[in-house]
Amino acid sequence: MSNALSFTDEQAMILDSAREFCREKSPVPAVRAQLSSDSGFDATTWEEMVALGWPALAIPEEFGGAGLGFGSIVPIAESMGRALLSTPLFSATLAAQAILRGGSSSQKEQWLPQIAAGTPATVALLDGGDWGATRTTCTATRNGDSVTLSGEKWYVADAGVASLFVTWCELDGSSALVVVEQGHLGADAIQPHRLLDETKRAAKLSLDGVSVPAGNVLEANLEVNLEVNSADGVLRDLHLLGALLLAAEATGSTGACLDTVVDYLKTRKQFGKLIGSYQALKHPTVDILCGLDAARSLIYHAATLLDDAAADAELDRDIEIACRMAKAQAVDALTFAGDRAVQFHGGMGFTYECDAQLYIRRAQHAQQQFGDAWHHRKRLAGLLLDTAA
Amino acid sequence: MNSAVDAPSQRELDDFRSQVAAWLKDNKPADPGFLLPQTFMEVGSDQQLDFLREWQHKLWSAGYLGMAWPKEYGGQGVPAVFQVIADAEMRRAAVPIAFNVIGLGWAGPLILHRGSEEEKQKYLKNILSAEDIWCQGFSEPDHGSDLGNVQTRAVRDGDDYVVNGTKIWTTMGNYAKYMILLARTNPNAERKYDGLSFFLSPMQVDGIDPRPIQKLTGEYGFTETFFTDARIPASCLMGEEGEGWKIAMQTLQYERGAEAGAAGGLMQVRVVIDDVIECLKGVTRDGQPLLEDPVIRDELVKLMIEEKAQGLSNRRAGIPALTSDYPFSLNLSGKLRSSEYARRMRKFAVAAQGAHGGLYVEDADALDAGFWQRAYLNNFSTTIGGGTSQIQANIVGEHVLGLPK
Repeated sequence: MSNALSFTDEQAMILDSAREFCREKSPVPAVRAQLSSDSGFDATTWEEMVALGWPALAIPEEFGGAGLGFGSIVPIAESMGRALLSTPLFSATLAAQAILRGGSSSQKEQWLPQIAAGTPATVALLDGGDWGATRTTCTATRNGDSVTLSGEKWYVADAGVASLFVTWCELDGSSALVVVEQGHLGADAIQPHRLLDETKRAAKLSLDGVSVPAGNVLEANLEVNLEVNSADGVLRDLHLLGALLLAAEATGSTGACLDTVVDYLKTRKQFGKLIGSYQALKHPTVDILCGLDAARSLIYHAATLLDDAAADAELDRDIEIACRMAKAQAVDALTFAGDRAVQFHGGMGFTYECDAQLYIRRAQHAQQQFGDAWHHRKRLAGLLLDTAA
Repeated sequence: MNSAVDAPSQRELDDFRSQVAAWLKDNKPADPGFLLPQTFMEVGSDQQLDFLREWQHKLWSAGYLGMAWPKEYGGQGVPAVFQVIADAEMRRAAVPIAFNVIGLGWAGPLILHRGSEEEKQKYLKNILSAEDIWCQGFSEPDHGSDLGNVQTRAVRDGDDYVVNGTKIWTTMGNYAKYMILLARTNPNAERKYDGLSFFLSPMQVDGIDPRPIQKLTGEYGFTETFFTDARIPASCLMGEEGEGWKIAMQTLQYERGAEAGAAGGLMQVRVVIDDVIECLKGVTRDGQPLLEDPVIRDELVKLMIEEKAQGLSNRRAGIPALTSDYPFSLNLSGKLRSSEYARRMRKFAVAAQGAHGGLYVEDADALDAGFWQRAYLNNFSTTIGGGTSQIQANIVGEHVLGLPK
C-alpha cells in the first residue's frame, strides 16, 4: 500500500492563492447572505473563479484546460470548505471528469472546452438515497438518431444553474452515461430539495420524455472503443473523485469549525474562568485537532496519488483506498467538530445566529454525499481484509 | 565525530544493506520459548535479561551497534547513515530489541557529547557491549512529571556525596550498574532548577536499594529505588554542581529523539494492525470467520485508517506548506496520537478474540501466547509515562491551539 505524500511548489501556490481568495470573497456574512438565495452562490465570485481557471484545472490542455492533475483541486476544495464557499465548481469538475473518462475524442471536444470556460455542469447519479446502488431505474431507449430517457434523479447538485447534466441511465440492459443539456429538459423538470446544509443547492431532475441526440451517450457505453473505460468503471471513479472533493471540503470546514470553537473557548468566561481552561472542553477540542490532522494527511495523500496517475486512467486500488479513507475520516472529523461546536457554545450554540449551526449542518449533509463513512469503510474492508490469494 | 569521512556512495550503502540483511538472517535468535519484552521497560526476569544481553552483545560484536560512535569507545566510526540502514534491516527482520536503551540512547550520547575523556573511556564501550546496564533516576514518587521539583538530596562529604531520597519508575533498576541521577545539592538556590546536579552514579553501593515494582501484568521491569545515606564518589558528578537541570534537559532531547547521537538498535518491537489481523484469522464468531463479521470489520477498518493517517502525518509534518495552520500540531501531538492509537488497537485485539480473549500469558491455549493481553496492559506505560495523555492533551491545547491554562 502506498504511503506517498508530496506537495509541489505549484500546489503550495494554488493553496495559498485559493485560501486568500476564499477568505476575501467568503467571510461569514457573505456566506449567510446566500443561505436563502436561489442559486446559493454569488455570481460575481463564480465568474472570478472561472477567470482564475479553476474549472479548467484538471481538464487536459487539448480540451481547453490547464492540464494539471486532479490532485490540484484538493487545495482549492479544502480552501472553499474552510470559507464555506459554495459554487458549482465541484459539480462542474465531476461532470468534466465523467466526459474525460467516458467520452470519445469528439465528445470531449464538444463539451470539455465549454466546462473549462465556465459553463456550469453537474452529474445526476442517484435515484433515491442509496449511494451503494448498482442499478438505476432511469432508462434510455434508442429511438432512431436520438435517445429517449425516463425516470427521476435525486440530489442533483447545482441542478438549478447547470447547463449540462451527465446522467446515469440504463441503456440496453447496461449502465450508460448520457449528457443532457438544459434545453432538452421539460418545463418543471427541476424541483429543488430543501437541504440541511443551506450553503448547498440540489434538486430532483425529471428525465421523463427527455430526448437527446444519440451522440450524447458517452462512448464508454458503446464498446466501439475498447480504450475507453466502461460506464460502470467511470461511475465508480466519479464516486471516488466526488468523495475526495467532499473530503477535502469537509477538512477545510473542520479547520474553520475548530477556529470558531477555539475563539469562543478563549473569550467566553463562566464561574470567573475562561471556559477553554476546563479540560472537559479543552480535551475534546484537541480531539477535533487530531481528527483534522488525520483527514488533512489523507486528502493530500490521495491528491498525491492522483497527480501521479494519468488523467483519464481508471483509478487504481491505492487511489481507491486513499479516497475512501479520506472521505470516512474527513466527515467523521467534521461531524464530531460540528457537534462539539454547538455544545460548547452553550445557549448561543442553540441559535441560528451562532456559526456553529453552519458547521453541524454542513457536517451532516457532507456525511451523506458520495457515501457516508460506513459506506466507505465497508468497501475498505473488502479491499483491505479480503485480499485475494 | 568523524569530520574527515567522505560521504558513502549509494553502492556502498546498498552493499552494506545486503550484508546486514544476510547477517540478521543467519543470526536472528530462535524463539526462546518465553515471551520477550517488546520494550526495554518490560525486562522482568533473569531469563529475559540474559537473552537480551547476549543478543545485544552479538549485535555489537558484529559491528551493527554504535556504528557512528568513535572506534576508541567501542563504536565503528562510520557515518550515522549506516546505523540507520542497520536499524531498518533489524526492523524488517523483526529481531529482538537492543535493550540497554538508557545507556545506548540517553546516557551514552550525553557522555559522548559532554563527558570527560575518562568518562568516555570508562562507560561507552560497556554500554554498547551490554556489559553495563544503565538506568535513570529522574522521577520521584511525589513528582512524576515535575522534574524541577526533585527532592532527592546529595550532600558533599569529603570525597563523596551522601545521597538520600527515593526515585521511582527506575527501568531495570535492579539490573543496572549505573544510574543517571538527578539530585538536589543546594536546597537554598533561588531558582529550584539551580539547586540540581547530575551524577553518573554507581548502583552497587550500600544504601541504594532498588525494589522491583510488580506491574499490572504481574511482571516486573521497574524499581522504586531508595537511597539511604548512600555514599557515591564525588567524581560521579557530571559537570559542575548546579548544572543538573541543564544536563537533564539535554538528556531529554536524546530521549525524545530531538537530538542525534543514539547508538541505534531497536528500542521497541513495532506492532501494527496487520499483526492484529493475522492473530484474528482463525477466530470465529457466530460460526463464521470473525474477519467476515460486519461490525468487527468496521472497527478494524477504523483502526487501519488511523494507522495509515499516523504514517502519512509523519510525512506531512515535513511539508511546511501543509502545516501552516498549526505549525507544531503534528510534533506536539505525536506521543498522544501514537500511544492512544496503540492502546485502542491492542484493546481491540484482546476484545475481538471471543472467549480466548479471557486467557492470559502462559496459558497454552492463548492466541499468540497471550501477546495481546500483555501488550495491551503494558501499553499503559506509554499513555502514562513521559507525561500522561491527559497532560499531553493539555500541552497540545495550550501550546498548539492557544487555549488558556
